[in-house]
Amino acid sequence: MRNQIMELVKITIDGKTVEVEKGATIYDAAKLIGIDIPTLCYMNMGDMNIKHNPGGCRICVVEVEGRRNLAPSCVTPVMNGMVVNTHSVRVLNARRTVLELMLSDHPFDCLVCAKSGNCDLQSLAQRLGIREIPFQGEQSTYRKDTSPSIIRDMDKCIMCRRCETMCNQVQTVGALSAVNRGFQAVVAPAFEMNLDHSPCTYCGQCISVCPTGALTEVDHTRQVINALADPKKTVIVQTAPAVRVALGEEFGMEPGTIVTGKMAAALRKLGFNYVFDTDFAADLTIMEEGTELLGRLNKFLAGDKKVKLPILTSCCPAWVKFFEHNFPDMLDIPSTARSPQQMFGAIAKNYFAEKINVKREDLVVVSIMPCVAKKYECSREEFSTNGNPDVDYSLSTRELAQFIKQANIDFNSLDDEDFDRPLGESTGAAVIFGTTGGVIEAAVRTAYEIHTGKKLDKVDFQQIRGLENVRSASVDVDGFELKIGIAHGLGNARKLLEDIRDGKSEFHAIEIMACPGGCIGGGGQPYHHGDTSILKARFKAIYREDAGKTIRKSHENPYIIQLYKEFLGKPCSELSHHLLHTKYFDRQDDVFVD
Amino acid sequence: MHLLVCGGTGCRASESSAILDNLKSVLEENNLENEVQVVKTGCFGFCEKGPIVKVLPDNTFYTQVKPEDAKEIVNEHIIKGRKVNRLLYLNPESKEHVSDSKHMGFYKKQIRIALRNCGFINPENIDEYISRDGYEALAKCITEMTPAQVIDVIKRSGLRGRGGAGFPTGLKWEIASKSVADQKYVVCNADEGDPGAFMDRSVLEGDPHSVIEAMAICGYSIGASKGLVYIRAEYPLAIERLKIAIGQAREYGLLGEKILGTDFAFDLELRYGAGAFVCGEETALIHSMEGLRGEPTVKPPFPAERGYLGKPSNVNNVETFANIPVIINKGPEWFSSIGTEKSKGTKVFALAGKINNVGLIEVPMGTTLREIIFEIGGGIKDGKKFKAVQTGGPSGGCLTEKHLDTPIDYDNLIASGSMMGSGGMIVMDEDDCMVSIAKYYLDFTVEESCGKCTPCRVGNKRLYETLDKICHGNGTMEDLDKLRNLSNVIRDTSLCGLGQTSPNPVLSTLDNFYHEYLAHVKDHKCPAGQCKALMQYTINPEACVGCTACARVCPVNAISGERKKPHFIDTTVCIKCGACFEKCKFDAIYIN
Amino acid sequence: MVKVKSLADLKKIKSELQSKMELREKSENPEKSVQVKVAMATCGIASGAKQVMDFLIEEFEKRGIEAIVTQTGCMGYCYAEPTIEVTVPGKDPLVFGYVNIKKADEIIEKYIKNGELVEGIIPVNYETIEK
Repeated sequence: MRNQIMELVKITIDGKTVEVEKGATIYDAAKLIGIDIPTLCYMNMGDMNIKHNPGGCRICVVEVEGRRNLAPSCVTPVMNGMVVNTHSVRVLNARRTVLELMLSDHPFDCLVCAKSGNCDLQSLAQRLGIREIPFQGEQSTYRKDTSPSIIRDMDKCIMCRRCETMCNQVQTVGALSAVNRGFQAVVAPAFEMNLDHSPCTYCGQCISVCPTGALTEVDHTRQVINALADPKKTVIVQTAPAVRVALGEEFGMEPGTIVTGKMAAALRKLGFNYVFDTDFAADLTIMEEGTELLGRLNKFLAGDKKVKLPILTSCCPAWVKFFEHNFPDMLDIPSTARSPQQMFGAIAKNYFAEKINVKREDLVVVSIMPCVAKKYECSREEFSTNGNPDVDYSLSTRELAQFIKQANIDFNSLDDEDFDRPLGESTGAAVIFGTTGGVIEAAVRTAYEIHTGKKLDKVDFQQIRGLENVRSASVDVDGFELKIGIAHGLGNARKLLEDIRDGKSEFHAIEIMACPGGCIGGGGQPYHHGDTSILKARFKAIYREDAGKTIRKSHENPYIIQLYKEFLGKPCSELSHHLLHTKYFDRQDDVFVD
Repeated sequence: MHLLVCGGTGCRASESSAILDNLKSVLEENNLENEVQVVKTGCFGFCEKGPIVKVLPDNTFYTQVKPEDAKEIVNEHIIKGRKVNRLLYLNPESKEHVSDSKHMGFYKKQIRIALRNCGFINPENIDEYISRDGYEALAKCITEMTPAQVIDVIKRSGLRGRGGAGFPTGLKWEIASKSVADQKYVVCNADEGDPGAFMDRSVLEGDPHSVIEAMAICGYSIGASKGLVYIRAEYPLAIERLKIAIGQAREYGLLGEKILGTDFAFDLELRYGAGAFVCGEETALIHSMEGLRGEPTVKPPFPAERGYLGKPSNVNNVETFANIPVIINKGPEWFSSIGTEKSKGTKVFALAGKINNVGLIEVPMGTTLREIIFEIGGGIKDGKKFKAVQTGGPSGGCLTEKHLDTPIDYDNLIASGSMMGSGGMIVMDEDDCMVSIAKYYLDFTVEESCGKCTPCRVGNKRLYETLDKICHGNGTMEDLDKLRNLSNVIRDTSLCGLGQTSPNPVLSTLDNFYHEYLAHVKDHKCPAGQCKALMQYTINPEACVGCTACARVCPVNAISGERKKPHFIDTTVCIKCGACFEKCKFDAIYIN
Repeated sequence: MVKVKSLADLKKIKSELQSKMELREKSENPEKSVQVKVAMATCGIASGAKQVMDFLIEEFEKRGIEAIVTQTGCMGYCYAEPTIEVTVPGKDPLVFGYVNIKKADEIIEKYIKNGELVEGIIPVNYETIEK
């Protein structure tokens, strides 16, 4: 196939002739010659294997000579000799009317909308110069659905169905699909239940792609402000690895700009008593999870039939909820290690609180996450003691940016500052948690040295890195070939899981991240509007940050060593199990129950 | 001997009862009442030349009979055995009198091809189908013809899809036959959904084997071994008969492996639709069969390339299939000799609305609306004036007086601003408000739109709202322009056939009945008196005798007045229920 | 039932069926054997065709009339449902509309027994294709 010569077709668009590959769409062809046909429902993240072109919004219509009606350019394949006009009066009138119709069924509350400034519908209305809506009539209304992480405001839904593609095709979660007909059509969970009675994992990929304010995260900024203002409370903050490579985008910086120092400075200015790093807990995760891996691996190799392999990572709350819903028969496969966010919370409230002599109830732990599922994770019962959660509030990268702006902080001119000690120290191994493949690479760095007792010559495992959907690699651990699988995006995860269920998996360890790209592409990150180059820039930045760290292996983090010495004893000790490990629940029956 | 007197509505209006009475009395005068029986019949469908009297057993057919002709008919025909020439039907071409109705062109107006067995055979008995050439076409195809030859026959017959759009069937089969795949499917679209249409249901209930046979023939020609009938669950009888028929065909070895000793294998399954109109659109239908949401996807890819479960699929409508066996048996030339240049064969129509003979008819393409409505359909109910006929269901348009003599075929109907559709034909009279009619159809499309594309989802809703505004007397001239522009955009930009045609009822009424829109907008009047908001009940003080009957029935006490004195309706209170109007014995209440 | 294994088989079955039907039509007692078809599509059933059919079968037996009652599809006269087609041997088939039980009784007593026509005849207004 590869050697086959591409068949080219010649088409004329707005008077310009262009030769394109057969099978390309009019939209693709126009793009090649600098004609930017407006789109709305269309989304193409080709290199991540995500494409959505249902041809539903009808904004991209163009006139094709000899065709009776207008053609949706994003889904109409080119044909030899086609003559296309993308801005005839007929097209402009139709495009405008279609947009006016859409706006006539959309609330006009842009002033207070969470997506304002990031809304594709708003930008399109500006681009087409809409100044009034000639159609008045009924507006569709639907009840607002607030879950622990996601708010659905279907009044703002324009039925682009991008969320459906993410939820069903990419993530294979199946929580969202179109229900009802015509003017009443909305995207909703089955039987129009609320999200919290659906198999939703709160990965937030729907929010990432929603062109309007129909899907947004639950905003906890106000609660955090109140906590900061409360003199009785000591408020500490932890920031996840992927936040530092994306936050800058919200302040006009190039994607991939690393803003770790400015972020720490800003958080301090916001009034947090201690500015810590989730990366510290990531190092801790490696200690626990890596030890668990080695333990299981050794038993397995020794012929213990009760031990199951592969071991699966468990840092991603959306992924955890996904397997609880979809693979309840395999709850003993994932690592029992809590996620870094929760490990941090547990250590903060049980170790650090005591250290600074603050009562558990008076210590407020806030996390800054690239994620919206983390909000849900905080709310899981097993992560609280006497009703007091280990992590009180989780803000997304976007919420933090908004918070910084609200506090009149000129982020770009801040001088770099460092995290506080002890929970702010971290290694390069922790930083790479922010991208797909990072957790497993970090685990390998530590597992190798602990298992073999030898120093690694090279800590960079290039064979593990990349953005392909499903990857496999093998690492030579002193003669033993450790087989590793990596998947990001829950649809890809499902494939690996099904292989395990069918007994076809060859892997010893598998890393899974719910979001395409891992946490850098998380549902709480600055909107990428389908531009995969942004994800790639964040991806590279993560490894740059790792390379710049003096310590790059979790077990060498001096504060981790201190933590074990002072408090936990050794990895997977009884106290560790109590504070840093968890159990999983069969959630099949959580769905569709009132 | 028998004298049959037409008792159809049209003939009754022209005194056929008097004819009947006169015939009876003349016979009695001649003491013939025991030899000759006079019977009133249903409509002969020849209302144009009514009243009709038919004499049996010689089949003499008298037209335009008057009551006073009774004497002559009895004296001449019955007693002397001489036909009354002046009352015989005059053939307009040969200028000759035709006495036997069997030789009258009129009875050639309906030719039943698709309905050939409906009402003739027991649909639950395969033997009756076989005795009427059933499965012979399939046998001929699979034992004597190559798939290409079968497709060629269908192409040469000129058969076009009876589901609405009229795509050439042979060409469709050819495209599907050329797709390469390990599995292909033949799909029968039995998701009939136009308001008032029931052609497909009648075929499936009356002659299910004809569809099964045709699907097998299609399977043979395109290389498909599986067939699926997508049928709406609201058709339980059709489903039951199909199931029985499939069972019998399997028992006879006419479905299954090695049919008629050949290597050809074909079998059928049913898939039930939940009654969404949009599932009549072939891509939506396929998604619905796959268990997905019934909504269309952009074509290409066409089902012939990628259809059910991603495999090449050929979708045809029930009536299209019902024509296939006959075409094979009687040859493409025979079939193409019927109809017009570009539309061959016959079309089944479901006549409904303000027409006397509501029913199912099958006429050759090229028959005029006048022939259908006034001859076969027996004209307008209650002697009212014809106003419009709506063809093509919610996708079609309203045709008027000026279209009555247009020969009906796919292309003429489109040129007139309507379409063939699946064959619903709803007749409207002077009491129908055309703005309300357009609103009714939009109400339907708003309800049935799947909601996938913007123009259909929101646009139709806005069209409906604007029409509603006009019906309430609140429309402006600007609204009329908006209606037209919006209609054009919806037509131009909608994803599937439903949206692309949904504005047709608006556009065709705007074109043909603009004056009615103007009356609503400018004069705030509904000429047909249908739009309640624009109606006003008034009491004529000169005719009112003050009986108080109206005041007593008024549910909102809007009528006041003293006994024996003219009453008065307070229009601000009146809800226009019409109870007073019905009650008044003195015709004192009128509608503005 | 034996499977139809070839075109010749099919034709054989067809001619057997046709002669059987002809036999049924022209039975040995032409004045006694009556054929009645009841239009039993949804429209007919909704208007009461089922009751009429049951009535006919029962009454023919009670009144000692040799008759075959079968169901068929829609005849197209939906305005006049239920409709039945009656073929008295030796005569052309006649279609009656608006047949309720009373009418059915009248048809048996007057038309079938005595050859008298009753009201409600629907003149057939179409041609069907020759076989």
